[in-house]
Amino acid sequence: MTLITKEHKVKTAYAGQHERADRSDCMITLSLKKSGGFDITVNSKVKLLFEKAIRETITNVMTAFSIEHAKVIIDDNGAPDYVITARLEACIKQLVDTNICYLPEMLKQNITGTKKERMRRSRLYLPGNTPKLSLNAGLHGGDAIILDLEDSVAPDRKDEARILVRNSLRAVDFYGAERMVRINQGERGLKDLDAVIPQHANLILLPKCETAKQLLKVDKRIYDLRKEYKIEHEVWIMPIIESALGVINAFDIAGASMNVVALAIGLEDYTADIGVPRTPEGKESFFARSMLVNAAKANGIQAIDSVFSDVSDMDALYENVLESKSLGFDGMGCIHPRQIKVIHDAFAPTEKEIEKAQKIVDAFKEAEKKGLGVVSVGSKMIDPPVVKRALRIMELASKQDR
Amino acid sequence: MKMVKNAVGRMVPTEINGEKVVPFMGIGKYRPTGKTHAPTISTAIDFPADGDKRIPSLKEALIRSGLKDDMVISTHHHLRNGDLVANQIFDIAAELGVKNLVWVPSASFPCHKDIIKHLESGVVHHIEGSMNGPLGKFTSEGKMKGTAVLRSHGGRYQAIQDGEIQIDIAVLAAPTADPFGNGHGLDGPSACGGLGYALADYRYAEKVIVVTDNLIKFPCIPMQIEGNFVDYVVEMDKIGIPELIVSGTTQITKSPDRLLIAELTAKFCDAAGLIKDGFSFQMGAGGTSLAIGIYFHQMLKERQIKARFAVGGSTQYSTKMLEDGCLEYMLDGQTFDLEAVRSMRENRLQHPDISIFHAYDYHAKGNFTTMMDVMILGATEVDVNFNGNVVTHSDGYMLHGIGGWQNCLFAKCTILPVPLFRNRIPIICDEVTTLVGPGELVDVIVTERGIAINPKRQDLIDKVKDSGLPLKTIQELKEEAERICGKPQKPELGDKVVAAIKWVDGTVIDVVREVKT
Repeated sequence: MTLITKEHKVKTAYAGQHERADRSDCMITLSLKKSGGFDITVNSKVKLLFEKAIRETITNVMTAFSIEHAKVIIDDNGAPDYVITARLEACIKQLVDTNICYLPEMLKQNITGTKKERMRRSRLYLPGNTPKLSLNAGLHGGDAIILDLEDSVAPDRKDEARILVRNSLRAVDFYGAERMVRINQGERGLKDLDAVIPQHANLILLPKCETAKQLLKVDKRIYDLRKEYKIEHEVWIMPIIESALGVINAFDIAGASMNVVALAIGLEDYTADIGVPRTPEGKESFFARSMLVNAAKANGIQAIDSVFSDVSDMDALYENVLESKSLGFDGMGCIHPRQIKVIHDAFAPTEKEIEKAQKIVDAFKEAEKKGLGVVSVGSKMIDPPVVKRALRIMELASKQDR
Repeated sequence: MKMVKNAVGRMVPTEINGEKVVPFMGIGKYRPTGKTHAPTISTAIDFPADGDKRIPSLKEALIRSGLKDDMVISTHHHLRNGDLVANQIFDIAAELGVKNLVWVPSASFPCHKDIIKHLESGVVHHIEGSMNGPLGKFTSEGKMKGTAVLRSHGGRYQAIQDGEIQIDIAVLAAPTADPFGNGHGLDGPSACGGLGYALADYRYAEKVIVVTDNLIKFPCIPMQIEGNFVDYVVEMDKIGIPELIVSGTTQITKSPDRLLIAELTAKFCDAAGLIKDGFSFQMGAGGTSLAIGIYFHQMLKERQIKARFAVGGSTQYSTKMLEDGCLEYMLDGQTFDLEAVRSMRENRLQHPDISIFHAYDYHAKGNFTTMMDVMILGATEVDVNFNGNVVTHSDGYMLHGIGGWQNCLFAKCTILPVPLFRNRIPIICDEVTTLVGPGELVDVIVTERGIAINPKRQDLIDKVKDSGLPLKTIQELKEEAERICGKPQKPELGDKVVAAIKWVDGTVIDVVREVKT
């Protein structure tokens, strides 16, 4: 294979980070040469234990891209293999036109799909370009993790983040959390899909969604990619409504595709859009939140509230979740692992609710067994939606330990 | 150097620094005979009748103590990283042209890096104690003239008491003292709480010098150092830097991963039935340990039960537990923050200082560790046979002392909460770099990715098997660490033995070899 070098001024490529705080990451500097083979410099905190492995990894990646002569400097802070290969690939793609992807081994637990009805009480945001946060993210028991390619990634790092997120979806064990990816808006978002759909992402978060048309574009690309890569499980979509227009169109957006499983609301952008500050009481977003809940429920899908940004105040978070729950929301975003348990606790049904639900569920099962069309507790007839809610409460109650 | 294989399969020398040593024979197998060491008999007529033993300077006190080549000099580490005394001793020795001293600190800190120049020039021949940070790096790279000897806190007491170490001069910093030599750590600008590490030094050394920056009139009460053992008292402007002696406040970890480990540890203890009325525990002052303590405190409070006693490092959190009525006695070996110093001052009966002799000495008529229900410890590495390492890192560098770690392994349930890996380096491995504690004494490993119980503890396994806790085998944990990190290569180590690791009975359990740079 011949190497097609990009026709622009960049001669040296960089990717990754190597400040002291950037644990589990590395920065790679790459320049191509005409001769002389590989000149690899390894500066690493774990040099005495991993220098050989790091050199071997770098050589393997270079070989896969048919590069024979290059100067590589790695400043490493304990990056696992899938991070090193992502950083190097990102460098190579700045210098060379290629469609090759150097993929880490796929964990068998990372090729499974998820159910539409699955609980989505908590979803933990992980900045897509920060590997240290994703390694342990699944351990904290959240219903989902979100590898974010949008707002948490600096504009000039979008390409390298996409490669890292792609690798993370293959190599990181998220211990049963639903694997979500927040893509960018517009064309860049479609490119994000090209990278993550073949890696079995479970759900795509579509930010700043304002119209059903935007959603359908994403839905179509996901459909095409699933076909091309023979992805058998469904890939769900959760549009995030972050503007007045989005709020007004929420019903259409929610119903645009069978793959939409939830509507989420982003209040920072929404309040900016309507021109008011976001307050702790949230009076200014009451309409938007209610609208979103109703648009979601009218389409039989979940409604998910915004994140709570004060990570040190767990009591205020708890109160906030209770309010969300009372408005009809089913879940909330998290920006810190310690928020997960608080959110689950607040969404948990109370003992009284469980007791009541148990009675209804028992009566429902009894009626089913006897082939009765009508469910009753004592002398009271129970309508089907009440049974449905009771079943949901029992499901929530059973998941409290996770 | 003749090397033999000891009872845990490690090759160890039979002689260190010219003295014969006994290779580790197994737990409880080595039983020495004979009498403990004793210093020369003193006569009161040789000391001032008015009780005033003051000498104008440390230099003069050292000269009067007969400081000369090849002597053994000891210090305690209660002033921690704020210690201003130890370095001065060797500066004076250098000035006097004295060579080949042996320094026996109860622990060393980064502030002792100045000793490196005295090791290079030959004033100090070697160190028997802990080597932290810069001193550890220096030693690991084979630059120390003699071989370092590392002992546990209890092992240091044992070695001094048994005469393996014969201290010529003990220089003991006392934040408060009287002219007779009584001293304590409760008051004064350099207050540090208890002085329990100094007991062996003043009881068994030939000469004892007390150094203080807060001299008060006789009597200095409590007598944490007893003046009847003291030869000279030296007054100095400053013996320590207060903010480096105790932290203003010790803090629990903020890391969500560490908090998860703490939560799992507390849940394990609960599931195993260890948290009950009248139980006892010990844990360190690290961020994860403190978080475990908070979980314990919550459980005790909710159930309205009490822990009978805790041993070890005291902090604002143990103080809260004590003053809340959830803990009856805090037996304090080391006082870590200002709140704990206050508590020791105000809660004399419930929060006494204890010495290493009480807590840890293996050559005594029992000690406190075997009575403890829950023991929380750390480790740099644990292997698939539950052997633990606390002194070296996987790259071979010796960067930490043993502390009370080996002694504490004898508790009823020893738990090591550790992350599965640190910075790509697996903590659970095939074989520890340095074997500091035999696996038969380590009961439980708690990581963020699961809990492994030593198969020898079937009783614990039975108790928690239906608890819903993430139980794994240690092999499974090791494999998961290697899947995430990759398998590290073995560091290249030289043949030269730079340090010997003693077991609690004075036998040699392992050695540290030179790191090739």
